[in-house]
Amino acid sequence: MDLKTLYRSVIMDHYKNPKNKGLLNDDTYLTVHLNNPTCGDDLVVQLLIEDNTIKDLRQLGKGCSICCASASVASEMLKGKTVKEALSLIQTFYDMLTDQPIEDKKILGDAIAFEGVGQFPARIKCATLAWKAYEKGLNPLEGEQNNE
Amino acid sequence: MKKIDVLKIKEAFPVFKKYPQMRYFDSAASAFKHQSVIDAMHSYLAYNGANVHRGVYGLAAEATNLYEEARQITADFICAKNDNIVFTKSTTHSLNMVARGLEDLLQAGDEIIVSKLEHHSNLLPWLELAKRKKLVVRFIELDQGMITIEAFKKVLNVKTKVVATHHMSNVMGYITPLKQMTQLAHEVGALVIVDAAQSILHIPTDVINLNVDALAFSGHKAYGPNGIGVLYMKKHLMAKLSPAEFGGEMVDKVYLDGSTWKSGPYKFESGTPPIAEAIGLAKALAFLKDVGLDHIHAHEHELRNYVVEQLKDEKGITIFNGHGQTPLITFNIDDVHPHDTASFLDQHGVAVRAGHHCNQLTMDYLNQDATVRASIAIYNTKEDCDELIKAIKDTRDFFHSL
Repeated sequence: MDLKTLYRSVIMDHYKNPKNKGLLNDDTYLTVHLNNPTCGDDLVVQLLIEDNTIKDLRQLGKGCSICCASASVASEMLKGKTVKEALSLIQTFYDMLTDQPIEDKKILGDAIAFEGVGQFPARIKCATLAWKAYEKGLNPLEGEQNNE
Repeated sequence: MKKIDVLKIKEAFPVFKKYPQMRYFDSAASAFKHQSVIDAMHSYLAYNGANVHRGVYGLAAEATNLYEEARQITADFICAKNDNIVFTKSTTHSLNMVARGLEDLLQAGDEIIVSKLEHHSNLLPWLELAKRKKLVVRFIELDQGMITIEAFKKVLNVKTKVVATHHMSNVMGYITPLKQMTQLAHEVGALVIVDAAQSILHIPTDVINLNVDALAFSGHKAYGPNGIGVLYMKKHLMAKLSPAEFGGEMVDKVYLDGSTWKSGPYKFESGTPPIAEAIGLAKALAFLKDVGLDHIHAHEHELRNYVVEQLKDEKGITIFNGHGQTPLITFNIDDVHPHDTASFLDQHGVAVRAGHHCNQLTMDYLNQDATVRASIAIYNTKEDCDELIKAIKDTRDFFHSL
């Protein structure tokens, strides 16, 4: 894939018009802060989980367009998913970027636009930062369920 | 001045045989390796491989000779004596060695001077030392991204014990007025420790003339191998400084209640040193000497000026160090993240560095999260620069059209 095509598609759209941007001062939200010290990408995400389902997500960060666009797309894609579904989707996103076989690409929705990032290995970390942040917030919840 | 034959020089860098179209503008991070470096390292690794300073057989003596010759060549390159030169693994290693070694000589309340232009390798060892020993850290206020004597005088005082500074900034490319700073620092009894990682291949370094107390650089930015660093120290400092690492080779007599150490550089070279790398470094320095730093500088400066001239009046491109004397160009395309820029330049076969350049304080000073840095080296051509300029304009046009 040509880099311009990659940027022209969903990436620049989400970079310029990010979804779910801005944080809430609300204790019921789970907040996760992640950064990439090598490039300075820095991101905070918030999750509102009710009945084991992601009711709302927020995100705010600074970084390259791939990082910021990915945070916006992730926030859209994960909303309404159960914790388990969300974690599975996050894994599918990683699999897509590392060229692993994926059963059903359709579940990736808009996130499929990032498929081409896999051809630019130095940028994979930019694309995954937000997803890692959401995963970090969700993983303990999945752990708790396993313990029940 | 005689112009260097860039195409001929390029032939001695085998990387271009594999990537003939490569436009490499990241030599300030790591420069490509000269054929003579590779040959010498290969020769030692293939046909010797013995340790130094240990064996009494012929092959070991040959290894020792090669290693000590490398020390002599390194010393000559900076106008030092061979027993002023410690081989380390990197500039970072050298600077940490000094900071650790000074620990016993400093007391709470003593002051250290640094600047916000320091690479993290010449900042963090001092900040950590200050934390451990309750020292006061003073920052030289920058004047348009430069260190000036006036600003230096404002932080220098009788409590100053260490001045840690760079010779050439890895972001701005500006040269620190070392000689005058050292003179002033010595008047109050402070030591001057210099990070010369960036300058060593661009500006002649004469440690006697500069009169600095310690100076560090490494091989990989000077067309040599990675894994080798140099720490020059004056003899008085070498004698006072405690070794930070202990083990084989550096010890004189082992006693259970306190061993004694070898003298001179050997006190600081514990374990088997990077022998092949030292031999490679010596070849890189010999190459630089052979071409001549003044010729190299003239070539690089001409290209730098060419790029800056072409870009300085372009809309949407900000150059942060327009007046630099060295071949670093630090810039951003307005509203485009440096990593996006670097990816697009890569599509043009142009390699630049994007990020904070291990220099978060300088980024704060420039009020940028990150910047793009194009560094020009001996093997860059005017055609490379044309591609760089074209790629930057094309990237700007693309993003600004969205």
